[in-house]
Amino acid sequence: MGGMFLEKYTDRLNTDMVQILDQEGNLNESLRPAELTDEVVLELYKKMVFCRMCNDRANKMQRSGRMGTFTSIEGQEALQLGSEFALKKQDWIVPAFRELAVMWAHGMPMEKIYQYWIGNEWGSHPPPGVHILPVSIPVGSQMVHGVGLSWAAKLQGKDEIAVNYFGDGATSEGDFHEAMNFAGVFKTPTIFICQNNQYAISTPRGIQTASKTIAQKALGYGFPGVLVDGNDLFAMYAVTKEAEVRARKGDGPTFIEAYTYRFGDHTTADDSTKYRDKMEVEAWRPKDPMKRLQLYLGKKGLWSEKVEEEIRAGFQPEVDAITERAIALPGQTVDEIFDYTYAELPQALAEQKAYLKAVLAKKTAVQAKGGANG
Amino acid sequence: MANQALTLVGALNLALKQEMARDPGVMVFGEDVGVEGGVFRVTEGLQKLYGVQRCFDTPLAEAGIIGTAIGLAVNGMKPVVEMQFDGFFMEGIAQMVDHAARMRNRSRGAFTVPMVVRIPFAGGIKALEHHSESMEAFFGHIPGLKVVIPSTPFDAKGMLIAAIRDPDPVIFLEPKRLYRAFKQEVPEEEYFIPLGKAALIQDGTDVTLFAYGSMVRECQKAAIEAHKMGISCMVVDLRSISPLDREAILYSVEKTGRVVVVHEAARTFGAAGEISTIIYDRLYGKLKAPIERVTGFDIAMPLLKGEDLYLVDSFRVLEGIKKVMGR
Repeated sequence: MGGMFLEKYTDRLNTDMVQILDQEGNLNESLRPAELTDEVVLELYKKMVFCRMCNDRANKMQRSGRMGTFTSIEGQEALQLGSEFALKKQDWIVPAFRELAVMWAHGMPMEKIYQYWIGNEWGSHPPPGVHILPVSIPVGSQMVHGVGLSWAAKLQGKDEIAVNYFGDGATSEGDFHEAMNFAGVFKTPTIFICQNNQYAISTPRGIQTASKTIAQKALGYGFPGVLVDGNDLFAMYAVTKEAEVRARKGDGPTFIEAYTYRFGDHTTADDSTKYRDKMEVEAWRPKDPMKRLQLYLGKKGLWSEKVEEEIRAGFQPEVDAITERAIALPGQTVDEIFDYTYAELPQALAEQKAYLKAVLAKKTAVQAKGGANG
Repeated sequence: MANQALTLVGALNLALKQEMARDPGVMVFGEDVGVEGGVFRVTEGLQKLYGVQRCFDTPLAEAGIIGTAIGLAVNGMKPVVEMQFDGFFMEGIAQMVDHAARMRNRSRGAFTVPMVVRIPFAGGIKALEHHSESMEAFFGHIPGLKVVIPSTPFDAKGMLIAAIRDPDPVIFLEPKRLYRAFKQEVPEEEYFIPLGKAALIQDGTDVTLFAYGSMVRECQKAAIEAHKMGISCMVVDLRSISPLDREAILYSVEKTGRVVVVHEAARTFGAAGEISTIIYDRLYGKLKAPIERVTGFDIAMPLLKGEDLYLVDSFRVLEGIKKVMGR
């Protein structure tokens, strides 16, 4: 079936969870992936810091009216960067809407990510060769696309796989069943990564499904499902790597339930204190994926409060520059909102566009004169 | 009983509370409607008042919500379900079109689906992608569905009560831009606004403006500006897309002979096309000018930085009025 984690942890209706680094920062060396040397781990940790800084900044931009709505990834950095690190550049990322770190690590410039949340479609236009589909707001509707993307790669002999990211809530949608079923039947090179952060807005995981784990759902579709500590960078990398190897070999899809916690609100439009006990959030704090890496790296002499300050101070100018660039990006134009509807603009749309330009010009002129429209 | 000054959200909440008190078969469910009271707080307090059996959170599954509501409705319950946002209704629309809309016909009346699907409607609040859709014409095109849109707190209460007691499936579209835009005196006692009846917002003699939802307010603003130019506008709030109030449409056009139809939805195959046809069919010779449509464009609703480019405003409505007046 594949590597040791897939062998050991799948096809059984149990609730065992893959963990390599515990919350005290103790590493199970025997399970450590060779690629994750301390130097590499430190680099990934720094990326987590950067993503959390960018995440905090986005929240601030929203509060100061510079961003429409934002979905915080706080607490989900390890699962995102750990899983992405197992992929190749040409692989496809199919995001939901809480994947800032995955998207950035896979090649989407941070100011583009900001631009989407600021409210401009150019934020879903990646640089050439970066295979990231636009954010998918209708929950659960995107997973079938990942199956199609990876199926196309298989049919054309391209060395590409696709990774679907989605939340625990998405597994309740009918589309989830269809995506899983197609992937199993057609043995597509797809990885399903469920960011089980315990909440779909106010609705807790227990209301989404009566199954013991989400991972065990994969069993019914004929491929492995693994429950992984999503706050453990090592475990997320190790299991995703096995899934990636499996997909590339032509052995088909893998499902990964990344068990984690949403420290922030659902979005900046949400107030989680209305439905979530503060004590519960505090109980999860010690499991913060960054804390356990700090403890681990600290034991290796690679991290201290001082190092942390240096890392953050080093990133600060970049975060500021990204913010400024994002804010300075141009707004939307009449041409843009019309011209990408079809490959060629139909006559009716061309007329509508001309009308809108004329009416806006007139409005500007009238407003300049201080009148209504008479 | 006293009146209270309520927002549209407050009026809907009051209607739900009172209908749940009246009829133990009324149940409210959907995504985050229970503990949270809905993302717009329309269902706030219902779970506390009536318990988790009658107001509850479901798994995140729109087809599941609507599909189970169909079964519940066929077998004696009165489901009033919420779609969290308009764009998410697409995940459940198959159940609505394939089953809810035609159950009565397919079974020759043996089975019926008296249910309400409440959906936040249209744009104007700079929301996320897929949160600002106007698909009323699509719904209105489906035989067997009623599609209604209140534009005031008073109407919202009376129309929701009527929708809950209607024997057929009703899509109840709530203009999210108006949810908390203003308050209005809403009677405590029960009253109905029959579904399919338009409301005369203001009388006038030169031109009739037809609108619904948040566009009614844009028409009222444009009518004030038109008045300054000596143009008298009649403003009609259609309140229902299916059925359309043909009588009110024809009556009001006979009086003015000039028409501007306004909606935020895309233009092609929009409600304005159907309304115009009703008028041309019956009053062609009495029109003093071609009917003017002031509508959204045949494009996807832009992300929020482009929203203002898309939305119909009173300026565009006034341009339409001037056009039919030959000014």
